[in-house]
Amino acid sequence: MTANDSLLTYCLRLGDDALILGHRLSEWTSRAPFLEEDIALTNVALDFIGRARLFYQYAAELQGGDATEDTFAYTRDVRDFTNLLICELPRGDFAFTIARQFLFDSYALLFMEQLKASKDPRLAAIGAKAEKESTYHVRRGREWMLRLGGGTEESHAKLQRAVDDLWGYTDEIFEVDTVTAGLIADGVAVDPTLLREEWHAAVSRVMAEADLSQPSPGWSVEGGRRGIHTDDLGFLLAELQFMQRAYPGLQW
Amino acid sequence: MSEQSKLYEVFVRSRRGLDHKHVGSLHADDPEQALEYARDVYTRRGEGVSLWVVAAGDITASQESDCDSFYDPLDDKPYRHAAMYDLPEGIDSL
Amino acid sequence: MSDKVVSMPSEERFQARIDAEEKIEPKDWMPEKYRQNLIRQISQHAHSEVIGEQPEGNWITRAPSLERKAILLAKVQDEAGHGLYLYAAAETLGITREELIERLHTGASKYASIFNYPSLTWADVGAIGWLVDSAAIVNQVSLQNTSYGPYARAMVRICKEESFHQRQGYNIMMTLMQGNEQQRGMAQDALNRWWWPSLMMFGPHDGESAHSAQSMKWKIKRRSNDDLRQQYVDQAVQQALAIGLEVPDPDLVWNESRGHYDFGEIDWAEFERVINGNGPCNRQRLAHHVKAHEEGAWVREAMAAYDAKRGKPTVDVA
Repeated sequence: MTANDSLLTYCLRLGDDALILGHRLSEWTSRAPFLEEDIALTNVALDFIGRARLFYQYAAELQGGDATEDTFAYTRDVRDFTNLLICELPRGDFAFTIARQFLFDSYALLFMEQLKASKDPRLAAIGAKAEKESTYHVRRGREWMLRLGGGTEESHAKLQRAVDDLWGYTDEIFEVDTVTAGLIADGVAVDPTLLREEWHAAVSRVMAEADLSQPSPGWSVEGGRRGIHTDDLGFLLAELQFMQRAYPGLQW
Repeated sequence: MSEQSKLYEVFVRSRRGLDHKHVGSLHADDPEQALEYARDVYTRRGEGVSLWVVAAGDITASQESDCDSFYDPLDDKPYRHAAMYDLPEGIDSL
Repeated sequence: MSDKVVSMPSEERFQARIDAEEKIEPKDWMPEKYRQNLIRQISQHAHSEVIGEQPEGNWITRAPSLERKAILLAKVQDEAGHGLYLYAAAETLGITREELIERLHTGASKYASIFNYPSLTWADVGAIGWLVDSAAIVNQVSLQNTSYGPYARAMVRICKEESFHQRQGYNIMMTLMQGNEQQRGMAQDALNRWWWPSLMMFGPHDGESAHSAQSMKWKIKRRSNDDLRQQYVDQAVQQALAIGLEVPDPDLVWNESRGHYDFGEIDWAEFERVINGNGPCNRQRLAHHVKAHEEGAWVREAMAAYDAKRGKPTVDVA
């Protein structure tokens, strides 16, 4: 793989993470527990869709030809998507969404702080912008973890179950492979292994405050970066891509 | 919203140098949440550099019936307004 | 020595204020009927915004490009925000959010019947943004001068945000009309289905409206239904023709002497049917809202419990 290929792959991974997660968040519009939260969740969804677009636009330039941001979002099939599995899981109930978002956002904040310092100026710029967004996401996420964890027995149980169901998907976040190893060495990509301890400490702190027990390690699922997804991604893409598949090659 | 959720009034300062202006209200369970919702609801178009949220119950308001004693004595002293004073022609620097 | 002025009865003083174009604010004395009329109108407006999230919201996950996806998310989010501004205005009149939602769910409160139609194609998203938001703007611009302060201010805020809505909808239609035969057909089909419902948004002819006369006297309502509808038709027809769409009204014709378009009569039977619960989507729209509310109950309870606990110390200080 050439350096350019690696960079393209890296951009697509980050774009895919953001698009798929943003799409899941967008499913809450008009379905949130109350109006203020409807607006707040949609804001987070917009942040992620925006983030996806920035990564995809860069990827389109790297790929060249007539590739656009939409080429990546609308014309690739499941096996070509490279997002983390944790992003594609269905939105579940509100506790699941909050827990998934918190676990991911806590990582995203640390990641973007590092991406800001990338030798690639485009990635650095995206990192700087995303860091501000993630700072806010973590702030509101932490409060929801505490509110649900410390609320009623029911909310606590739902949140605990959510964390239990999500935990095994977090290992994948910190993997490095041949694609990223080279880019890390070049100072372009972020080394996620270096963030694991801090992520774990931050997340543990909040979980303790919310009186949540940490799931014991035991199961772990990965494969997203290799295009080996859960069954859920196919359904998500069928909906997301419908228009461009039914009416290919047109302007909207 | 929850039974306990409180009404908060929202004030936004859109630019440095201006006052905070009342823009509306929303429901939240605590001041921190109110602040975040105010940010999400009232500043999506970059309308603010500063946000205040105040629990509606903490606002003391004058009553309409107060108007006579509250405001009228302040409104009958025109000598406080510059417009009351004539100036010789040609003087516009005062 | 000054004579003591005998104060006017409240009702007369109130009407004098209205006639002088002064605003009525939350703490002011107001006739009970004025208060109830306002609660009815503001809350129905609020419910419309919130229910209105659904027809376009249904296309968020299917938007055909990332740009359209982002725009649609922002637009639907604005509708939620508008609902919020309006609930806030209604709450200044002594009704709670819970009561407002309860009335919506039981059917005691209505919402704009335009949202009881399904959004069948992507072109519907364009038609809704273009036509429904245009109609709403015509109404809302007029309401910026409504007599009740909080309602007027909410309208000003909403109007600022609304022009983006109608433009993005029109832009979708324009793009489709510049597309292939399928896209042009899609746009025309959407206009065919949304045109007449959009005219119905302005309500019955004024002579037939139960609330119109009193609303006008109290300056809650500033212009008549028919006036507003005419303004909307004149604008929208021009916009349709500019992008090559045909308005589905065989009686539509420019009337030179009036300086306005003459247009056909609305099917009032359909209007009654839809507003009384027999439109295509009434049940779905309400069920969707009820479901979200019920599924969210445990979240709201958790918030209340957490807030209550935080008020109490967790450790006894000896």
